[in-house]
Amino acid sequence: MANPLVSARGLTKHFDELVAVDAIDFDVQEGEAFGFLGPNGAGKSSTMRMIGSVSPLTAGTLSVLGLDPARDGPQIRARIGVVPQDDNLDLELTVYENLLIYGRYFGLSKAVIDGRVAELLRFTQLEDRRDSPVDPLSGGMKRRLVIARGLINTPELLLLDEPTTGLDPQARHLLWDRLYRLKQEGVTLIITTHYMDEAEQLCDRLVIMDKGKIAAEGAPRDLIDRYSTREVLELRFPVGTQAVNAEHLDGIAHKTEVLPDRVLLYTDNADHAHSKVLQAGFEPESTVSRRSTLEDVFLSLTGRTLVD
Amino acid sequence: MTVVGSLRVVEAGARVYRRTWRGSVISTFLNPILYLLAMGIGLGELVDEGSGGASLDLPYLTFLAPGLLAAAAMQTGAGDASYPVMAGIKWRKTYEATLSTPIGVPELLFGHLGWVTVRLTFVSVVFAAIMTLFGATSAVEGMLAVPPAVLTGLAFSSLVTAYTAKLKNEMGLAAMFRFAIVPLFLFSGTFFPIEQLPDYVEPLAYITPLWHGVELCRGLALGLEYTVHPLISVSYLVVLIAVGAVLGVMTLRRRLIA
Repeated sequence: MANPLVSARGLTKHFDELVAVDAIDFDVQEGEAFGFLGPNGAGKSSTMRMIGSVSPLTAGTLSVLGLDPARDGPQIRARIGVVPQDDNLDLELTVYENLLIYGRYFGLSKAVIDGRVAELLRFTQLEDRRDSPVDPLSGGMKRRLVIARGLINTPELLLLDEPTTGLDPQARHLLWDRLYRLKQEGVTLIITTHYMDEAEQLCDRLVIMDKGKIAAEGAPRDLIDRYSTREVLELRFPVGTQAVNAEHLDGIAHKTEVLPDRVLLYTDNADHAHSKVLQAGFEPESTVSRRSTLEDVFLSLTGRTLVD
Repeated sequence: MTVVGSLRVVEAGARVYRRTWRGSVISTFLNPILYLLAMGIGLGELVDEGSGGASLDLPYLTFLAPGLLAAAAMQTGAGDASYPVMAGIKWRKTYEATLSTPIGVPELLFGHLGWVTVRLTFVSVVFAAIMTLFGATSAVEGMLAVPPAVLTGLAFSSLVTAYTAKLKNEMGLAAMFRFAIVPLFLFSGTFFPIEQLPDYVEPLAYITPLWHGVELCRGLALGLEYTVHPLISVSYLVVLIAVGAVLGVMTLRRRLIA
């Protein structure tokens, strides 16, 4: 296999007493979409800021594009694109001016920037907004502008920190479509997210992070096969009786998980389990049968849900 | 740290200003006019006719104008280093965006101070021109006071940037203007010679950066005798700029890339 684009060994980040990232190892290969999935506070953003060669490491080693962030920060940043969690745009400026100023930080000439702006605004479907101020744009448009901005230096690697947080479903799907196209064009993507559907949609491979550590690593499908059953039966009992009911569900499924509002039965055949539940005389208020997701993987690994 | 990188930040400052200059027109053009009218002419006539005229040995308006120029530079320097810096760090997070490019913290800071220098020069030249129109000084005298005014403004900008980068929220900024900038404005020799202060307060004025700025502006524009050697005042301001820059890099690093 070729040298990885990003490689971390024992990567660690402390903020005073707090251990944000606790000695993690991972490799990102050229051309893949690599994800960090985990709840807020898992250490994903801190990891991203170290890969982005902004924030120094506390310990461990990290190589990005074969370079050392501590020594070659500016050279690395010149070759990567960053889409931060917050839309840190200059709201008083127009769409074009935001891209121009950002492009100039890379030392690109105005002529080069103008050419790329036309192309990037087409790609992010903001062509008719070129000279609009940024402030009144919708959340989805601002996000797309931040992505266009992150692509102004035609990066080999694009870092996306929680790219669709706060967007409505339609805006999310449009964004995913654009990111998918980038991947097809050969741009390596590193994505952090606490949405399991986003991780499943976009990532070829991902690590599940929790409390600064990596809990598991693999392709989304592999992780589900490894850490969960094929299907899940969700049973919703009257408020306050989930645990009481769950105690008597033993034996129906491989594993039972009790959440505050429902009980999950992990099984290879949800419909079959459903019949058994009804036969045993249980009367759930509602039931859902579905396939296992990364959410179930996270629950199985940590005993907690991703989004609380 | 590269000079080119800092210049790109200066350039960004200029591009943003092209959009936002309207907001600063009043402080740039109207404030000098209002102050020179109210204090220089309104109050000045009373001073000149009273005992003040004899002890100053020159029209009050002429005495006041160069000092006011230094004070205006202080306010511009401190102003540009307060709310806009807080916006860059916290409200808009535009500094975060800048630092994800090849630009580093030292370049960000020196670029910011570079742009403030451009702004200070513009504001001071406008002020000096208005002074001249009021007949407070000649055009040449007014322009002579511009470089020390810029130096004064920069000293404040450098220190205030470092201070702002340490603040959690804007409360500390309001406090700074109320308890530092306004008292300095009033008691650093802008409106009256500090010899008028009680003897035990007088030495305090010597350590305020604005007093040195006022001395330099007045000395250069009016050819008055300096209380301390002008090179001491220049060195003092330059040292403050350097101290502010070093602290600014430290505090911004801690705040933005930790």
